[in-house]
Amino acid sequence: MRWLGRAVLLQVVVLVVAAAAYAGTLDRVVQRGRLVCGVNGGLPGFGYLEPDGTWSGFDVDYCRAIAAAVLGDPDAVEFVALTAAQRLPALQTGEVDVLLRNTTFTLLRDTDNRLNFAPPIFYDGQGFMVHRATGVVELEDLAGASICVQTGTTTELNLADAMRAHGIPYTPVVFEEIDTTYNAYEQGRCDAVTSDRSQLAARRSVLRNPDDHVILEATISKEPLAPVVAHGDDQWYDIVKWVVYATFFAEEIEITSGNVDAWMTTDNPEVRRLLGLEGGMGRALGLRDDWAVQVIKGVGNYGEIYDRNLTPLGLPRGLNRPYTQGGLLYAMPFR
Amino acid sequence: MLLAVLALLAAAAYANMQRGLRALGLELGFDFLRVEAGFDIAEGPAYSPGDTYARAFWVGVVNTLRVTAVGLVGATVVGVVVGVTRLSSNWLVRSLAAVYVEVVRNVPLLLQLLFWYGAVFLQLPPVRQSITWLGVIHVTQRGIYLPRLVWQDGRPLWEVPVLQGFNFRGGVHLSPEFAALVLGLVIYTGAFIAEVVRGAVQSVPRGQWEAAEALGLGHLQTLRLVVVPQALRIIVPPLTNQYLNLAKNSSLAVAIGFPDLFSVGHTILNQTGQSIPVFVMIMATYLSMSLVTSALMNLYNRRVRLVER
Repeated sequence: MRWLGRAVLLQVVVLVVAAAAYAGTLDRVVQRGRLVCGVNGGLPGFGYLEPDGTWSGFDVDYCRAIAAAVLGDPDAVEFVALTAAQRLPALQTGEVDVLLRNTTFTLLRDTDNRLNFAPPIFYDGQGFMVHRATGVVELEDLAGASICVQTGTTTELNLADAMRAHGIPYTPVVFEEIDTTYNAYEQGRCDAVTSDRSQLAARRSVLRNPDDHVILEATISKEPLAPVVAHGDDQWYDIVKWVVYATFFAEEIEITSGNVDAWMTTDNPEVRRLLGLEGGMGRALGLRDDWAVQVIKGVGNYGEIYDRNLTPLGLPRGLNRPYTQGGLLYAMPFR
Repeated sequence: MLLAVLALLAAAAYANMQRGLRALGLELGFDFLRVEAGFDIAEGPAYSPGDTYARAFWVGVVNTLRVTAVGLVGATVVGVVVGVTRLSSNWLVRSLAAVYVEVVRNVPLLLQLLFWYGAVFLQLPPVRQSITWLGVIHVTQRGIYLPRLVWQDGRPLWEVPVLQGFNFRGGVHLSPEFAALVLGLVIYTGAFIAEVVRGAVQSVPRGQWEAAEALGLGHLQTLRLVVVPQALRIIVPPLTNQYLNLAKNSSLAVAIGFPDLFSVGHTILNQTGQSIPVFVMIMATYLSMSLVTSALMNLYNRRVRLVER
């Protein structure tokens, strides 16, 4: 009962070290020599522990990007696999420095749960996957259906909201673990499973017969997935935020891990500030001036990270394109 | 002196907790219970997502009580039957009972629950190919559907489950989560109770059997009139322990998706972030259940114990 042990441990940690948890995350990370990053362990494409023991995924690469910016080494990361239910307490209690676990940016989490969200790195929406044999096409067809869902997620609340709004009766079957959830769905316990569309696509790729499952068109919510840090450490929040912007900006002006060295001679003043050639942006963040170069060399720009992890899942970029191409990715000025 | 130190430590820990909680924005309070829960629960007393967290918690409590009540009866029956069977003069029956007890006692309950749920109930046929008896009882991977006696216009009437849309409607529905949980708890706890029963029966001196037979009593009569009353005195205290274990073990429901007290409490904790108050509520509920069970069993114990004059 790993989750139970962790829950109890977290309670103890809350009681004992709560007050001391936030002092200087940057100092803590530098002193420790590695970043402790909370991720999903079972979601191919986002956070996944490969059979050979290495970590892969979109979120995982953003952990590496932060480590590259802070420590100059994208591999100086300790990954902690968290369930949906464990993730917020793990951050609140300082068990992890930053959370990159396909977490939806919501008002109550931002305020009540005392968290800070960096800019969304993936714009998603909640959808449904059904067994092709059921012939379900739209939401209304799910009347009377059993729907598998994971607990501790906004998903569970959105499902209840949407079904109430449309007056569709259904039976939720709620699980704690992501693997149990999809296993029960695959075995036929549920007619449908609901989650973020990206997660559905990711999990469909590891079902026995991916073609037997359809992801419905219906999208019932906005799910902006963003990196999260705890309240109370503005400097650390700034660092995470600007690492994200650096990856957006690099894609916008087509700086890649391959050509970043060639860019070092550019005359473009904004690019020179990004690359730490002038402007003292690194010092302002409490980092070395070449922090963004380390990020781009270590993991690449946003497009490279996306192509490496999500393109193989067949997820179209959609909203997740630079604003110059009609998407929502917009880096604030490096000035 | 020791007490004073302990009290001081407790006070310091409490003050530190209060300070830490304030820093985290986790106030100790129960106001959140009046807020709309917003999530749905599959089974239990009437409830909708528009109800409060308090109501949602209550649904979890009722579900736990339901599982515990059915489980206690089932485990007692299984335990008594198997315990007596282990003393049978028939070698085959005796050995089968022994194998059951040894296997079940030595495999963790969580594994057994996952086995019953994943390898047994989810492997039953899908809804449309249900196993059907007499056209009214249906067994599928969505659970077991039975006819139900309802009152209509003052007369009793059998309501029969009918396939409609994705699932059967009407009648009594036992979800696979409920069924797997109850079955797992009954089989697990039953094995322990069997050992309690066997030990108690064997502790009745051989001479009591011989004396009863000498008086002309048959085997069953001997058991009922002479042996069991004496064995009960030994059974009740360890049996109480097994009852308490069953109630507490029902919290493993969270692993197989049954919305019991712990599972619903956990969801509330996740949605509100109020970890301390919710944990206090969960612990208090299990504690009261255990204390009530103990008290009832103690009353019974007083009735069956040896009265010395």
